[in-house]
Parts: sequence; structure tokens; C-alpha cells
Amino acid sequence: MSIGHTLLGLLESGPRHGYDLKRAFDEKFGHDRPLHYGQVYSTMSRLLKHGLVEVDGIEAGGGPERKRYAITDAGVTDVERWLATPEKPEEYLQSTLYTKVVLALLTHRDAADILDVQRSEHLRSMRILTDRKRKGDLADQLVCDHALFHLEADLRWLELTAARLDKLRAEVTR
Amino acid sequence: MTPPPGTLLAAEDLRKSYGPTVALDGAGFSIHPGEVVAVMGPSGSGKSTLLHCLAGIVPPDSGSIVYDGRELAGMSDTERSALRRSEFGFVFQFGQLVPELTCVENVALPLRLNGRPRKEAERAALAWMQRLEVDDLAAKRPGEVSGGQGQRVAVARALVTEPRVIFADEPTGALDSLNGERVMELLTEAARSANAAVVLVTHEARVAAYSDREIVVRDGRSRDMERAI
Ligand SMILES: Nc1ncnc2c1ncn2[C@@H]1O[C@H](COP(=O)(O)OP(=O)(O)OP(=O)(O)O)[C@@H](O)[C@H]1O
Ligand SMILES: [Mg+2]
Repeated sequence: MSIGHTLLGLLESGPRHGYDLKRAFDEKFGHDRPLHYGQVYSTMSRLLKHGLVEVDGIEAGGGPERKRYAITDAGVTDVERWLATPEKPEEYLQSTLYTKVVLALLTHRDAADILDVQRSEHLRSMRILTDRKRKGDLADQLVCDHALFHLEADLRWLELTAARLDKLRAEVTR
Repeated sequence: MTPPPGTLLAAEDLRKSYGPTVALDGAGFSIHPGEVVAVMGPSGSGKSTLLHCLAGIVPPDSGSIVYDGRELAGMSDTERSALRRSEFGFVFQFGQLVPELTCVENVALPLRLNGRPRKEAERAALAWMQRLEVDDLAAKRPGEVSGGQGQRVAVARALVTEPRVIFADEPTGALDSLNGERVMELLTEAARSANAAVVLVTHEARVAAYSDREIVVRDGRSRDMERAI
């Protein structure tokens, strides 16, 4: 999952301090794996270097966690592009996809759209496998079936998420 | 509406309400000969209604449907039902087979309704049953065959008139995955070799994977995923 894009997305609703960013990330996406402060600052300095954020203010007496960051126009465009680009179907995809959906809801973008585009990307892979299966021998068929069932599992999760978007929106924007 | 050249069936801005329920709210569609298009989307989003409108079974409240250069709304009822009988084929989720007829008589039925002599119709029916690997069931009645076998018979019946468009609404919905896949394989193979178009309503990704592209229907509106990306 892209921590940079996630932190950028969190900045879209307004400037935040480093510690505040970490807290928001942990609360929404960290679950069992909270961010280290070090990760936050190395990520923020990379984003600064690329002009995707700017320093908006520094609290008195402050170390790096006292810096307040704001997203730039280039940063917004970068989040936009990331959200619109489907993920390569792979294991543990759902954590990235979940992050994208939540960020889209938080920033009032079309979350259903992200899921549609992702479904399309999965179906593209599934068509290739289905075609290979049709032309292949039994061994090919079994190999392709395994991959197909995994992709299908992703999509079942995706459909369930799509059906619960309104509930999720209510929860994350609470 | 004038669809782009090469389009076999196209629809634009379809609207359909059942009392207060809006089933279609500006849906569109288009398909080429030989193309398989999956129609996906949540339950109740309007997929079946869209299919029924495209097939001329249900008239939309407004919007345009053009088949082979002709506006469906401009046809008489007789013309529309002739179109359904000779140019369209249908496969639905559950037993549309006539229980009193044998399987081969069921498959031959659309040809008989088009006035073909019995012998000739049943010969053609048997050829399609062979392709769908159910010719050995010719003399059985639908009540005496399994769900998967019955669905293959139904596919043979949909194909027997050599339709130019096949409308399939959850054609594998009642089947296990092995049978479902075999039905999809046979259906899409037969359709492609006859250059027929298939409108395939399904909520199953593994079934949709037999399509060339998909559209998504949500709240009565459709989204063409190929053009979206
Ligand atoms: N004949 C009818 N009379 C009244 N309402 C109808 C009729 N047909 C469909 N509807 C309503 O129109 C909406 C769309 O129904 P439709 O059958 O097209 O959905 P669907 O996408 O095919 O759903 P499913 O995946 O559950 O089959 C639903 O709210 C449904 O209740
Ligand atoms: Mg339906």
C-alpha cells in the first residue's frame, strides 16, 4: 500500500501536523500496523521534495512532528491519479483497495467508480485465464482455475463493499 | 439515434418505471455482431429490465432502441414478435422448457413456430443438441433430465433458429460451477462461430469472464467500462 498517497489523501481535508497525520492514519488504516514516526517524516520529506505538500506552519519549540503540512495542487492531482488507477490483481490487494475506497469517501470522490474500474481490471485478467483454460489441457485448466478462484474472491469482496458504501461513508465521515 | 456503423443493437437514454419504482434511468447499450457483452451490477439495478427492453419484450417509457438500423418503437407488435422469433434467441435462469414435450421437440419448437416442417425442424434441433452434448436426451422430457442438462437443451433451443442476438439472463444461475462453465463455453463458442451477439446478464465474475467486455448497471444507469478507461 502506498503510504505517501494515503497521507496525501488525508491532507486533502485540511492541513495537519505530523503527529496528527500519524494518528489519523493509524485510526483509519493502521489497524494492526501503526506507522512509525520515522516513516511519517521520511514520507513527508519526500512529498515536500516533489512539491506535493508544503509546510504550512511550525509550532513553537518544535521538532519535525510540530511541522504543519498542506497539500498542493500537484498533490491533489497525484491522489486523483492514484485513486483512478486500478491495482494489479495480487495478494493482499484488499488493504490497498480498502484504503482507496475510504479515502475517496473522505474526500467526497466517487468510491463506486474506483470499484467499477477495479472490477474491470480483474475481469481483464480473468478473461485471459479463461481463454487459456479453453485452449489448454487439464493441467492448464487446473492452474488457471486456481488463479480464477482467487480473483473471484477479490471480486466478491468488492461487490460486498460496493453494496455497503453508504454505510461505510456514514462510518468514516462520522 | 443513428448508431455507429457496424453496431447491431444499440440503445440510448432508456427510461422505464414501474409505478413509483424507477427501473431504468437513462441507460444505454451497444453491441456488435459476434460480440459477447456482460451486463453486471447489483441486484435490482435494472439489468433484466434493460435486457427485456433491448429484446423488445418490454417497451421503455422513453429512449431509443435501434436493431439493424430500425427503431424498435417504430415497428408493429407483429413485426416485433416476428423479430423475437426469428432473429433473437433467449436463455433464462430457470426451465423455460415445455414439460409436455420431449427435449428434441422443445429445441425444435422455435422452428415449428416459424412454420418449418416437423422432420426438418427436428433434424436441425438434433444437430444443435449434438453440439451441446445432449443429443442422447432427445426423447426424454424436461422433468427427466438434470438441471445442467436441461440448461444445455435450453441453449440449443435458443440457438436453433440461428439468431443474430442471444439474450441470456443469468443462464448459469442455477448450475454448479463445472456445469455453468461448460454451458458458457458452448454458448459463447456457438455464438462466436455464428457471428451472433450475446447480451449476458450475470452477477458472477467467472461467467462474465467469457465476455469480451462488460457494462455495469447501477440505479438504472449503465456504464460502459471499455469506454470509461
Ligand atoms: N414487472 C415489474 N413490476 C414492478 N416492478 C418491477 C418489475 N420488474 C422489475 N421491477 C423493479 O425494477 C427494478 C429493477 O429490476 P430488475 O429486475 O431489472 O433488476 P435486476 O438488476 O435484474 O436484479 P437481479 O440481479 O436481482 O435480477 C427493481 O426495483 C424491481 O423491483
Ligand atoms: Mg434480473
